[in-house]
Amino acid sequence: MYLTKEEEKMLSGEYGPALRKAMELLVGLGDVFGAEKMIAIESTQISGASYNNIGDAGMEFLEELAEIGAKAKVKSTINPCGMDLDKWREMGINEEYYEKQMRIIRAFKRMGIEISCTCTPYLVGNLPKKGSHIAWSESSAVVFANSVIGAKTNREGGPSALAAAIAGRTPYYGLHIDENRVPNIIVKLEFKPRTAFEFSLLGYTIGRIAPSGIPYFKNLGTSDVDRLKIMGAALAASGGIAMFYLNAKNLDKAEKISIDWRELNQTKENLSSDGDPDLFCIGCPHCSPQEIKELARAIKGRRVRRGCGFWIWTSRGVYEKCKEYVKIIEGAGCKVFKDTCMVVYPLQLSGYSHMACNSCKAVHYVPSTSGMKASILELNSILERGLE
Amino acid sequence: MMIFKGRAISKFSGEGEALVSKQPISFFGGVDRNGIIRERNHDLYGMDITGRILIFPRGKGSTVGSYIIYQLKKNGHAPAGIINIETEPIIATGCIIAEIPLIDRLEVNPLEKIRTGDYVLMDGKNGLVMVRRKIE
Repeated sequence: MYLTKEEEKMLSGEYGPALRKAMELLVGLGDVFGAEKMIAIESTQISGASYNNIGDAGMEFLEELAEIGAKAKVKSTINPCGMDLDKWREMGINEEYYEKQMRIIRAFKRMGIEISCTCTPYLVGNLPKKGSHIAWSESSAVVFANSVIGAKTNREGGPSALAAAIAGRTPYYGLHIDENRVPNIIVKLEFKPRTAFEFSLLGYTIGRIAPSGIPYFKNLGTSDVDRLKIMGAALAASGGIAMFYLNAKNLDKAEKISIDWRELNQTKENLSSDGDPDLFCIGCPHCSPQEIKELARAIKGRRVRRGCGFWIWTSRGVYEKCKEYVKIIEGAGCKVFKDTCMVVYPLQLSGYSHMACNSCKAVHYVPSTSGMKASILELNSILERGLE
Repeated sequence: MMIFKGRAISKFSGEGEALVSKQPISFFGGVDRNGIIRERNHDLYGMDITGRILIFPRGKGSTVGSYIIYQLKKNGHAPAGIINIETEPIIATGCIIAEIPLIDRLEVNPLEKIRTGDYVLMDGKNGLVMVRRKIE
């Protein structure tokens, strides 16, 4: 792999141990993927911020990196962590877990990384320019960045995104190279998806059929950001999809598939559990201001059903912007949590046993991360069954 | 002594007795804090990887596995080196941050040419693997 003089110096330790470590990782991964060189990046999004996921091992790694002087060279934000940083007691988090989560947060802070704690960095100020190279490691944000923003990133892991933040570079391979960003599947829809729920089902279905494809949706009929956000999350959850197209040319070599309701109904069935849900969740990915506003309208004047929980997940940034609406929602007995989500917080501590959500990504992960049952439901059913 | 050339991914050096598996390994959930393989039905189930040259086809499972490799190293229970047929980012990341040698794409199939108990030296800078056959 070709390195500039500057990069050689970083790798040899001339600029200290943190840059050496970061470059060792980037060069090693560059070798694995056959990268010819490094490329400068504009921003990073770093996953692996929840104590519940990375445990003592990840915490110790981050602390050591902070200790040896690692500093982010470019704008860098982190994924949701393992609790609401203010309302953690309400979530059943104990002191020991709290302290360890805070050690992770402090390590990121020392490295100059923003404590954004969201999977939607693009809604809270980490919005790269079209065409720019970035190193992002939240799979739903990767899809959004490549497809909606038009920035260029591979599906990074937590450590490689962090190393990219420290070095300000990432290995040049995969989706950084334009020839690799060509759509290879044309998806023709035999129906018109309307709700966020239907877009999520569609994404999950395509991710299952073509786990490493770059789909072009021929007649999706929307450019609504919230719908694309939830569809992207599902595309990345059932498979390893990193981008899609709404407009495309160069389709000569693309394979054609058509999707109708039957496939979506099958997906819905696969993501349903027996019994009645008792915890109703919205906010995977984290709710946008528009979604919080719509939820406040729908929830106003109603009450959470007895014995049930109604939990909404968003980022700190959006929460602060939407305080009025949050008040309306919480007035109905719902909870609005920020900094974390149903997937990276130990949801079994909620005291409920069966989560319902309108996002396939959440329903895909919750059974394995919390041991709880999970079912996919459309927003209207969630409102109907969770509220009176 | 047999010498094989491969692709150096994590450019450190190490040596130890080989421990060979025909199955992929997930460090997250699959290996405990003391370096014991805990994945049910794994062909190395119950074995201790501490200080061994661990040879297996490739990594699998959660990306948190990278951090587990790092923690094993800090606790003194890491393998002395890893040889994969074809490595992937989880194992590569873990080995590099933990400073454990990692070599893949040997000119021969390491699962066939190296046996558990052989003594293996890894030169991670040059991608060289030296094997001294265990005397039966």
